[in-house]
Amino acid sequence: MLKADVPELNKSDLLGFYRQMKLIREFERESERQYTRGNIKGFLHVYNGEEAIAVGAINTLRPDDYIVTHYRDHGQALARGMTSNEVMAELMGKATGCSKGKGGSMHLFSSDLNFMGGYAIVGGQLCIAAGLALAVQYRGDDQVVLCFFGDGAVNEGEFHEAMNLAAIWNLPVIFFCEHNLYGMGASSKETLVMWDSLHEMAAAYGMSRYEVDGNDVLEVRTLMQKINAEVRAGSGPAFVVARTYRLRGHSVADPADYRPQDEVSYWAGQDPIPRYRDWLTDEGIATVEDFEEIDASVDEEVVVAAEFGESSPWPESASLYDDVYTDRPTEGIPA
Amino acid sequence: MSVITYRDAVSSVLREALDEDERVFLMGEDIGPYGGAFAVTKGFWEKYGQRRIKDSPLAESVIVGAGVGAAMAGLRPVVELMTINFSLLAMDQIVNHAAKIRYMSGGQFSIPLIIRTVTGAGASVGATHSQSFEGWYASVPGLTVVTPSTPRDVIGLFRSCRELNDPVMFVEHILLYGTRGEAPDSGDFRIPIGQADLRRTGGDITLCGYSRMALVAEQAAEILAREGIEADVIDLRCLRPLDMDTVVASVKKTHRALMVEETTRLGGFAGELVSQVQEEAFEYLDAPVGRVAGAEVPMPYSFPLEQLAIPSAESVAAAARKLVNGV
Repeated sequence: MLKADVPELNKSDLLGFYRQMKLIREFERESERQYTRGNIKGFLHVYNGEEAIAVGAINTLRPDDYIVTHYRDHGQALARGMTSNEVMAELMGKATGCSKGKGGSMHLFSSDLNFMGGYAIVGGQLCIAAGLALAVQYRGDDQVVLCFFGDGAVNEGEFHEAMNLAAIWNLPVIFFCEHNLYGMGASSKETLVMWDSLHEMAAAYGMSRYEVDGNDVLEVRTLMQKINAEVRAGSGPAFVVARTYRLRGHSVADPADYRPQDEVSYWAGQDPIPRYRDWLTDEGIATVEDFEEIDASVDEEVVVAAEFGESSPWPESASLYDDVYTDRPTEGIPA
Repeated sequence: MSVITYRDAVSSVLREALDEDERVFLMGEDIGPYGGAFAVTKGFWEKYGQRRIKDSPLAESVIVGAGVGAAMAGLRPVVELMTINFSLLAMDQIVNHAAKIRYMSGGQFSIPLIIRTVTGAGASVGATHSQSFEGWYASVPGLTVVTPSTPRDVIGLFRSCRELNDPVMFVEHILLYGTRGEAPDSGDFRIPIGQADLRRTGGDITLCGYSRMALVAEQAAEILAREGIEADVIDLRCLRPLDMDTVVASVKKTHRALMVEETTRLGGFAGELVSQVQEEAFEYLDAPVGRVAGAEVPMPYSFPLEQLAIPSAESVAAAARKLVNGV
């Protein structure tokens, strides 16, 4: 792709994408550090290597569009505009987190941003995305719903139920598969018949389908601009498969030693951030000084987020029973 | 007061919801031109059209999941799972998502979703179609579980459920659709969620059940009354929230209690009731709290065997008699 291929984007836009990708990468590095220090508990699934997808896709949405995603959700949350502070605080289980510490890393939500949640039971979010799209259609509105999931989710029955329903009811939802070749530790080559032409599975639903280089932020963005417009105009659902790779293991507890070294090396060379940085340089859009300035501001933001999380208070004990129900206090004995 | 069937009661509150609130739509298997597996939505599709009466594929997970998503976006879906047996195929959406999104989002999203479904045994439909899982759902914080036993309760409870902003399992009973009862005339009639119904009063023993077993307990109380044993009969009406105050107050008066449920004893809901009674009223008890439950078998198809597996008025009366008389 050349600069001339994206004439609508100015330098500020293009560097904005770089900053978002870099922010996600550094945020994840910091979250791994905080995990090692014991400030983040439980599961932590970092997004390293897939940043071009969240940034390329989400930047094509309107503020009133809906996003639903999976448990590897920090990148999408940040790309949608959640602050590093509220996400880091949520990872640390603090009262200042986006969900007051009740959801954690795998369950980020923001009602202000129509960020309808990270879902950690694989495949469930596709059904919820169909329902959001159903609501849009029911009201006669023109939002789109962007639903992220991994290649592992394609094997869940809920994938079929949601794809079929969306297709037969012509719902405005984009099913976006981040095809990183692994479902936890299992290679998709061993678990998915269609692993190498995954987008063609949508043919069974008569659905528009696309494959894209998920490590190229502008390719993702350009394709999603086109798909969003079509879905918004009433074309019905679409299925997008973005080929990508986790640069880290499934979670921080996973050294990912089941992956062949040549595969790891190949994808290390496809890292979306250096690729985009090289492109910006080669196209004469940005200089070393531009990158230094952005990188420094990202580093500072991440450090501030970690300090914010660490210095934030734990949730009050009495909040244990808050928000189970909307209308009534929970039965039970408050701590 | 007019006398209507339980089926008519369900139909009437659904029509009322559709008429009163544009945000309400129905979604489920065969609720459209077919009219519903139990004829509850007969004529709806013709009257309201397919925008509001959504005849879905056989896909329970997305029926509930799409209801969850639509509810998050501000609609008020009423989805139907043809029977509670099929709800197992939607367990992920009900338990992992609907029940937890509000809490996990720190209160940012509510899920005003009513999941109507049908429980119960006794219809000669075999082991896979005769189960009673409402007690399972009652174990899930975030859900509300409602089990009406009469047309009046259907109307009063459903209206209250519509005023909630959280997911409800509205559990109807397969054998009750043809039963008749008085319907309230007032459109303002409500039954508060989490309020048990003391259906009959007597001083000797408390019989407690829900859904059809509350009616069976009432029939048992009539048998017992002919023998000079007077029973309080309590219909719980809701399993979560659970009104134990009514149960405990009754037991403090009668000093004996028998819990009646249709499903199996091991892991059943009656065990919870027994436990709470002994926690709250141990010193008032003159006998161990008893249970009558379904047999520990997959439900047999053959009619006489099936009848053996389900509590009856006679088996409840016999157990009550033993608690009161000691033999």
